[in-house]
Amino acid sequence: MNPMAEITATLADAGTYARDLKKRTNGRTVGYVCSYTPEELILAAGAHPLRLLGTQQAIHRADAHLQTYCCSLVRGILEEALSGNMDFLDGMVFPHTCDSIQRLSDIWRLNIPFGFHADVVLPVKLTTASARDYMADVLRKFRGDLEKSLSVTITDEALREAIDLTNSIRAALRRLYELRAANPGRISGSDIHRIVRASMIMDRRRFLALLEEFLAEASGKDAPAAAKPPHRLILSGGVCNAPDVYGMIADAGGAVVWDDLCTGGRAFEEPIPAGGDPIERMADRLVKRAVCPAKHGGLTNRADHLVSLVKEKDARGIIFLLLKFCDPHAFDYPYLKAALDREDVPSLLMEVEDPLPPEGQLRTRIEAFLEML
Amino acid sequence: MASTGEDKRKVKAVKKMKDIMTTYYIEAKTAAQTGRKVAWITSGGPVEPLLAMDVIPVYPENHGAMIGASKMGVDLCEKAEAMGYASDLCSYARSDIACATVNGGPIGGLPRPDMLICGNNICGTVLKWYEVQARYFGCPLFIFDTPFCHTEFNDDMRRYVRRQVDEYTAFLAEACGRPFDFDRMKEVGRLSVEGQRTWQQVLDTAMNRPAPISAFDAFFHLALIVTLRGTQIAVDYYRELLAEMRERAAEGIGSIPNEKYRLLWDNLPVWYRTKWLSEKFASHGACLVADTYTSAWCGSLKYMDENDFLGSMAEGYSRIYLNIGVDEMADTVAAMVDKYGVDGVVLHSNRSCKPYSLGQYDIQRIVEERKGIPSLMIEADMVDERAFSESQIDTRIDAFMEVIRNRKN
Ligand code: SF4
Ligand code: SF4
Ligand code: SF4
Repeated sequence: MNPMAEITATLADAGTYARDLKKRTNGRTVGYVCSYTPEELILAAGAHPLRLLGTQQAIHRADAHLQTYCCSLVRGILEEALSGNMDFLDGMVFPHTCDSIQRLSDIWRLNIPFGFHADVVLPVKLTTASARDYMADVLRKFRGDLEKSLSVTITDEALREAIDLTNSIRAALRRLYELRAANPGRISGSDIHRIVRASMIMDRRRFLALLEEFLAEASGKDAPAAAKPPHRLILSGGVCNAPDVYGMIADAGGAVVWDDLCTGGRAFEEPIPAGGDPIERMADRLVKRAVCPAKHGGLTNRADHLVSLVKEKDARGIIFLLLKFCDPHAFDYPYLKAALDREDVPSLLMEVEDPLPPEGQLRTRIEAFLEML
Repeated sequence: MASTGEDKRKVKAVKKMKDIMTTYYIEAKTAAQTGRKVAWITSGGPVEPLLAMDVIPVYPENHGAMIGASKMGVDLCEKAEAMGYASDLCSYARSDIACATVNGGPIGGLPRPDMLICGNNICGTVLKWYEVQARYFGCPLFIFDTPFCHTEFNDDMRRYVRRQVDEYTAFLAEACGRPFDFDRMKEVGRLSVEGQRTWQQVLDTAMNRPAPISAFDAFFHLALIVTLRGTQIAVDYYRELLAEMRERAAEGIGSIPNEKYRLLWDNLPVWYRTKWLSEKFASHGACLVADTYTSAWCGSLKYMDENDFLGSMAEGYSRIYLNIGVDEMADTVAAMVDKYGVDGVVLHSNRSCKPYSLGQYDIQRIVEERKGIPSLMIEADMVDERAFSESQIDTRIDAFMEVIRNRKN
C-alpha cells in the first residue's frame, strides 16, 4: 500500500483503526479533544494518544445533555462516547480551552462510565511569568495523574524520547506544508487534510514513517503543468476539526498554500525547544505556540500572525471557516478581517457545521470569491 | 381592600435603590470632569482593589441588563451583527460592543474606561469581549485568570491566583500613579464581606412562607452587590432592605398576593420579560422564591476572610458558582431546593450563556432524581428578544403549573 492509501484507509474508520491498534499492541489508548493536549506525556506513559474529532452519525444521544446551540464538534464527540463507539478508551483528557469543551468535560465525567478522566486546567492568560510557571505546574500535575491512572512511571528519558518524536512529526509536517506552498499543484489540499488528521489518530511512529515516505515521493515528483496558476489562499478559523473544503477550492481555481487551523498549522508550527527539563520545555512551547482564541496571548497577535502568513506565503486571499456556535473564533473574526482589510487582503467568511451545509451553497460562494481575486 | 393589599406589597427600598443607582451613574459619567479614573470590570471581577484606589468601577454586564430591561437589546445586537459579530454570541457582549461605538442604550453609553479588568471566573466570553474593548479604547487590560474548578481548587491554582492578586495591586499602582493603598483595602475588604453577608441574609428571608422577596425582586435589588460591593452604601442599603423584609415576613406579607407554590429559578433573568414572567407565575399562585443567579454574589463567602481579604480573595473569586463543575452546581441547586422548600424548578436555557446553560440538562436530571420534584426548561436569551417565543412559553408554563398543582393536591 502506498502511504496515502494507508492513511486514507485509516481515516475511513478511525474508530476501528484505534480499536485494532489497541488489540494488536496490547496497549492503552487515551482520548483527547484539543491541540493543547500535552501528547508527549501520553506517549511517554506508553499509551496511544487519540484525538476525537466529532462524529459522522446523526446526533441523538447527545441531545439529552447538550443544547443545539453548542458547536457540532463538542456535540459530536459526546455522541460518539454515548453510543459506545469509544468504550475501548482507557481514559480521556480535557485541556481547558473554550466554555463548551469545559462543560463537555463535566458531562463526560458524569455520564461516561469507561476510562479515567483528566482535566488539564491550563492558564487562560499566557503572557505573564506567573502563568508560565503555572503552565509547568499543570503539566507536572498531569504527569502525576497519568502515572496514577495508568499505573506507570513516566521517566524523563521517556519524555525526552516522546518530545523527539512529536518534534520530528512537527518538522515533517512543516516540510509537507512548505513543499505545497512552493508548488501547490504538487500536493492536493485533500491529501494534506487527511495527513494532518492522521497525525492525531495513527500510531505516531508509523505515521512518521508514512509521512517521510510520502515526502520523499512528492519532492521527487514534477508538478503537473497547470493551464493557469491557481489563486494562492490561506485558510483560517474556528474549526477545531476543519472539514474538507479543499476539493471545492481546487475546482474553483484556488489552492490553499497554508492555514491557521488547529488541525493544521497551529498544531505543528512551534517545536518544543531543545535542552533542559522536558516539562519546562513543553510549557515554553504551550505559551508560545500560535494561540487559541480561547486563550489570551496579547491583543493583536492572531492578526499579526495571519498578516505575516499572508506575506510570507505570498497568498492572495483568506477563507475563514467558522464553525457555527463557536464563540472564541466568532469573537476574533471582525478584528482579523479588519486587519486584513487594512492590508488589502480580501477574505471570505464561511460558516460551517459538521456535517457541511449543502455543497452547492459553499461552492457558489467560493467561486464568486475566487472570481473577484 | 385589594388596593391597600397592593400598597402593602410595595417594597419601600425600591425608590432608594433607584436614587443610589442614578447618583452612581452620574458620578461615573462625570469622572473625567472630577479627575477620577474609570475601570470597566466583569460582574465576577475583583472590584475591591479598585475601590481601595478610588477608581470608579463600571459594569458592562449591569449595563447589558439595563439595555435588556429597556428592550433596546435587539437593536444593539443587530448593530453588532452588522459589525461582523455572530448572532450566537452572548447578547451582553454584542450589545455592549455595539453601544460603545454609538453611545446608545438607555443611559447614552458608559463612560470611557481608563482601564479594563476582566475576571474570567464567569466565562470565556468576557475574555474575548474585553480584548475587543481593549483594542477599541486602547487602554490597559488586566486579566484575572481563575483556573476552572472542575473538581478541585488545588495548591497550584491557589499559588497562581495569589500571585495575580499581587500583579493586580501593582497594575493599579501603575495605572493610578501612586502606591497601592493597603490600609484602605482592609476597610473595603471588610465592607465587601459585610455586604455579601447581608445580601445573603436578604435572600434568606425567602425561606419564610409566604416569601417576602422573590427572585424577580432580587434581580432588581442585586444591582448594588454587583456595582457597589465593598462600599458602606451597599451595606447600609442591604441592612435597610433586610429590616424591611424581616418586618414583612413577621406580618406575613408575601411578594405575591396568594403564594401557593414555591419555585426556584436557574440562570440569568430574561430581562425584557421579568414582569411578564413574574405575573404569569403569580397568576398560578406560584412565587419564584430563590434563584442560582443572585446568590452567586455571596456563594463563595465561605472562602473569604474579612481580615485577610487579598489573601483569601484568590480562592473566593475562583470558586464562584459558574467556575465549578456541573455536579457541584447540581449540589448547590439541590441544597437550595431544601433550604427554600421548593416545589419545582424553572430553568432558563439561555442561548447567550454557554457556561451557565451547557450542563443544565444534567443538573435538571440530577435535581429531579434527587429531590423528586418536577422542572421546566424554557429556551430564551437574557437580552435578545428574538429568542423569546411568548406563546410557546406561555403554554409550557401553564402545563408545568398543572403538574405542580396535581402533585400538591
Ligand atoms: S481552536 Fe485549537 S486550541 Fe482552541 S479549543 Fe480548538 S483545538 Fe483547542
Ligand atoms: S469549535 Fe469552538 S466552541 Fe467548538 S470546541 Fe472548538 S473552540 Fe470550542
Ligand atoms: S451572560 Fe454568560 S457568556 Fe455572557 S458575560 Fe455573562 S457569564 Fe459570560
